[in-house]
Amino acid sequence: MSAIVDARGLSCPQPVILTMNEIKKVKKGEIVVLVDTDTSKENVSRAATSQGWTLKGVEPEGTGYRISLSKD
Amino acid sequence: MNFVRNFFATRWGIISVGAFIGVFAPLLQKWGNPANMGICVACFERDIAGALGLHRAAVVQYMRPEIIGFVLGSLIAAYAFKEFRARAGSAPIVRFVLGAFAMIGALVFLGCPWRAVLRLAGGDGNAIFGLLGLIGGIWIGTLFLKGGYNLGRAQKTHASVGWLFPLTMIGFLVLMFIFPQIQGQERSGVLFYSIKGPGSTHAPLFVSLVIGLVIGFLAQRSRFCTMGAIRDFVLFRQSHLLLGFIALVVVAFIVNLILGQFNPGFAKLPVAHTMSLWNFVGMVLAGLAFCLAGGCPGRQLFLAGEGDGDSAVFVFGMIVGAGISHNFGLASSPEGVGPYGIPAVIIGLLVCLFIGFTMRKEVA
Repeated sequence: MSAIVDARGLSCPQPVILTMNEIKKVKKGEIVVLVDTDTSKENVSRAATSQGWTLKGVEPEGTGYRISLSKD
Repeated sequence: MNFVRNFFATRWGIISVGAFIGVFAPLLQKWGNPANMGICVACFERDIAGALGLHRAAVVQYMRPEIIGFVLGSLIAAYAFKEFRARAGSAPIVRFVLGAFAMIGALVFLGCPWRAVLRLAGGDGNAIFGLLGLIGGIWIGTLFLKGGYNLGRAQKTHASVGWLFPLTMIGFLVLMFIFPQIQGQERSGVLFYSIKGPGSTHAPLFVSLVIGLVIGFLAQRSRFCTMGAIRDFVLFRQSHLLLGFIALVVVAFIVNLILGQFNPGFAKLPVAHTMSLWNFVGMVLAGLAFCLAGGCPGRQLFLAGEGDGDSAVFVFGMIVGAGISHNFGLASSPEGVGPYGIPAVIIGLLVCLFIGFTMRKEVA
């Protein structure tokens, strides 16, 4: 079961802060981040990969995106 | 389309946008904009406030087409790439107040983050104190962000909510066509113009507008943000946006050298004063307010162009803040800080601290 970070409706830099907090908390495994702007999608992906996480996929969901991240 | 989309999200994408601004800001100066003020978002919004008569400082009244271009260029980019999303409702009153105090702080220094680096690139040493203040203010803001500060969620809303601000800009442009500047006259219909001072110096309308549109388009694509540049580096050690900001100052410096616009020094420089402490503290206030509001004044315009109603409220806050600054003697002049500039900055800092300390609840 992945941890879910719901960053929809939050403006910069909240989506990245919430994602980074979750990364620090779980250390490895899977995280799903929900965002609703392209900017947040890019920022979250960039921040997570810089922490050694893999971007498993980005799927449109509702009016935003569902970002799947993982780290072994 | 996909190549363009991906390119602007890369390191070279943001660098090229910073470099583009670095080329055209000094050129705009050469083509008529005020010295060491190729593009200053705060100063230009202050000039817009003057053009509308929200303040009556005779030397700073002009409906700056660059600002209009920023918003409409971003709107065009957002539609072209299917990113226009009307959203609003994330603490609008707080954003308005932050916008007003950001402007009050910026006008004590005499410039926004954009102009701070453009002043530096033109040789104005006083800008160093402003930049240090900006970094200091943003650093304080990051402490609040680490402590859980947030503005709450925005809601998706009617497209017309996102359109109101771009429509306002179109309205301002139409006013410029209906009431064009009349040589030697302070007033044309409902618009005020400056006969002398920085407000009277401007590049031709279409040049300003087109460059504004292109910058607005590019900045929407690349998410260019001068405050975010420093914030992301302090907060996450991420240098993505910072590279764009550095590209701006380096390229602007080179272009100024080529154009003969580099005049190093501290005293008697264009639209600047030498009260270092207040250059510093003014920008601490501006930097903190920008950080708490989530974007530099340019970024707020680009966000407003892509449908963010909360950023639009921030911009209106800045324009009203400019009116307050000049009506009540808060804004600095080349002679130094205004009679009430210092208490206004202190009040602004206290208000920002109040906002930062009290808006820390978990996001629902």
